[in-house]
Amino acid sequence: MALIEYRDALNQAFAEEMERDPNVVLMGEEVAEYDGAYKVTRGLWQRFGSKRVMDTPISEAGFIGMGIGASMLGIRPVMELMFWSFAAVAWDQIINNAAQVRYMSGGLINCPIVIRGPANGGTNVGATHSHNHENFLANIPGLKVVCPATAYDAKGLMKSAIRDNDPVMFMENTLLYGEKGEVPEAEYLIPLGKADVKREGTDISLIAHGRAALTALKAAELLAAEHNINAEVVDLRSIRPLDEEAILASVRKTHRAVYIEENKPFCGVGAQIASMLQEKAFDDLDAPVLRISSMDAPAIYSPELEKKQLPRPLDIVEKVLSIC
Amino acid sequence: MASAAKAKQLDFAKTPINSKLSAQQKVRLLTEMVRIRRFETESLRQYQAKKMGGFLHLYNGQESVAVGCVSLMGDDDHVITAYRDHGHALAVGMTMNECMAELFGKVTGCSKGKGGSMHFFAPDKNYWGGHGIVAGQTPLGLGLAYALKYKGVKGAAMCFMGDGAVNQGCFYESLNMAALFEIPVVYIIENNGYSMGTSLARSSSFKSCLAERAEGFNIAWAQCNGTDIYEVRANVQTAIERAHNESKPTVLEIATYRYYGHSVADAKHTGGYRQKEEIEHYKQNHDPIQVFKRRLIEEGTLTEEKYEQLDEAAKAEAAAAAQFADESPIPSEESITQDVYFEVDRQTEAGRTGKHFFNS
Repeated sequence: MALIEYRDALNQAFAEEMERDPNVVLMGEEVAEYDGAYKVTRGLWQRFGSKRVMDTPISEAGFIGMGIGASMLGIRPVMELMFWSFAAVAWDQIINNAAQVRYMSGGLINCPIVIRGPANGGTNVGATHSHNHENFLANIPGLKVVCPATAYDAKGLMKSAIRDNDPVMFMENTLLYGEKGEVPEAEYLIPLGKADVKREGTDISLIAHGRAALTALKAAELLAAEHNINAEVVDLRSIRPLDEEAILASVRKTHRAVYIEENKPFCGVGAQIASMLQEKAFDDLDAPVLRISSMDAPAIYSPELEKKQLPRPLDIVEKVLSIC
Repeated sequence: MASAAKAKQLDFAKTPINSKLSAQQKVRLLTEMVRIRRFETESLRQYQAKKMGGFLHLYNGQESVAVGCVSLMGDDDHVITAYRDHGHALAVGMTMNECMAELFGKVTGCSKGKGGSMHFFAPDKNYWGGHGIVAGQTPLGLGLAYALKYKGVKGAAMCFMGDGAVNQGCFYESLNMAALFEIPVVYIIENNGYSMGTSLARSSSFKSCLAERAEGFNIAWAQCNGTDIYEVRANVQTAIERAHNESKPTVLEIATYRYYGHSVADAKHTGGYRQKEEIEHYKQNHDPIQVFKRRLIEEGTLTEEKYEQLDEAAKAEAAAAAQFADESPIPSEESITQDVYFEVDRQTEAGRTGKHFFNS
């Protein structure tokens, strides 16, 4: 296994899928000649040329809509949003067109498109560049939402997302792009809708998605070392489709659950999971399901404070100790 | 003035794309316009009889645009439009039955009762909707044309829009990319003078016309009158040829008029934001069906009697469609969660993995 960066794992996924299917194209601001604002598409323009890797003007509504239209005719565009925060500009195209056109056409049309880019706070760029849209978008039937935490997951999920025949919202993280992880040389895919137990445990389930899954892993180590609590970490990887069975199996074993996410708390993904657990695992629970989100305010700029606004390992430890 | 107008008409009849039309083809163009008119009139009747819900944006008065443009479509040309979409749907060959049943919300509708009036689709006929958000279809039209170019197909995408759509940002984003990437898209502005209840003068700032805004993007543009279907065809043909042969976009503005309100809920359209005399003036002097009918009768291609026949046939077809729609079943409750995800509908491995719906 090679140890590679998260961004390069994604890059490999693009290259492999472009080799495999001539209808796969990459588009977005600075993805081609500039190699991508975060270098996720590095080298692909040189390798595949301008037809397959295309720079677009700064026109999110226009180029996302163009990709959706192209996908209706069988092209498989992989569209980069330099920040998922900019999706707000393309909201109509994503929500009214990509998500609804299949339904409104009675199933005659489908949109095999991937819209991808970083969706995270924590980089001191202020509120306009720090949104997490996964709960918004997972609220829309017709869309799929994926949030990988590791290089391995990013590659395997991206390959599945590109082959998927529905619109997939793929949410990466600028704080993870440089993180290295082991990625096999041989081809592999990770299906959407399959959670991953990233740490086996018996005392409590820390359920999370995206970078919060890594925060949960750090918290689990602290809990084991300092409090003799053996936490299980379940990384959802994909929000919609959702692996409910994996969540339920973990909670039936541990009888306690905390959901951790970098979303805001109101109608966050954790709210959905907490609701599901009280409905389907009520008798298995020995404590209320708790949630940790980013603090409920716009993303603050001040670098020292922003670190505190997002869930930290010690926040999780504290929450866990309140119910263990 | 009258003779100048007449001379102009003759000119468009003489353009190659029109002069080569057979008598049968000419009557076919007229018939298609009449079918749309009768379908819309029947729809209004059924709406008033409370057979359908929601909005109903009627195409009466604008028929020459959809029929003229669609009549030039080749196998690799595609169409997408906004919510006033019944005319284009019938013009591409969708049946009155499936369209009327969609209005009634029935399972036999073109979208199985899931789309309604604003969302008709027939991808097998290169018809991509039917879109409810003003100008929301303009980037999609660009994408269809981009896909044609990507695949190396010599085709064009005609993207229809109203005059009210020209003030949305995504339209300009689309124009910029259409020019920049040399995309074979034809934006057709059906200028009926009103964006809902706001007249052109009160909604848009422009120099000589709306299409002229394309100039700033270095895109070819033209403006024409929709009264004469030959004029529509001549102008659209130029745009389609530009798309086919040069892979370049065009913005074409066609002056037209709607006899009913923005939707049938728009009661103020007569005597409110426009006067009855204005509507009557248009019906008397510019009605595309009457103008073309007179021309065909004058040149001996058609008789009044034959016109009556085709009009009656269209009326009967529309009435039968209403009956078909009325007698069709409503969609099943289970169908509410079908046609959401391709993978789930097909029960592929992806569709069977994880939970896609959260009803329980």
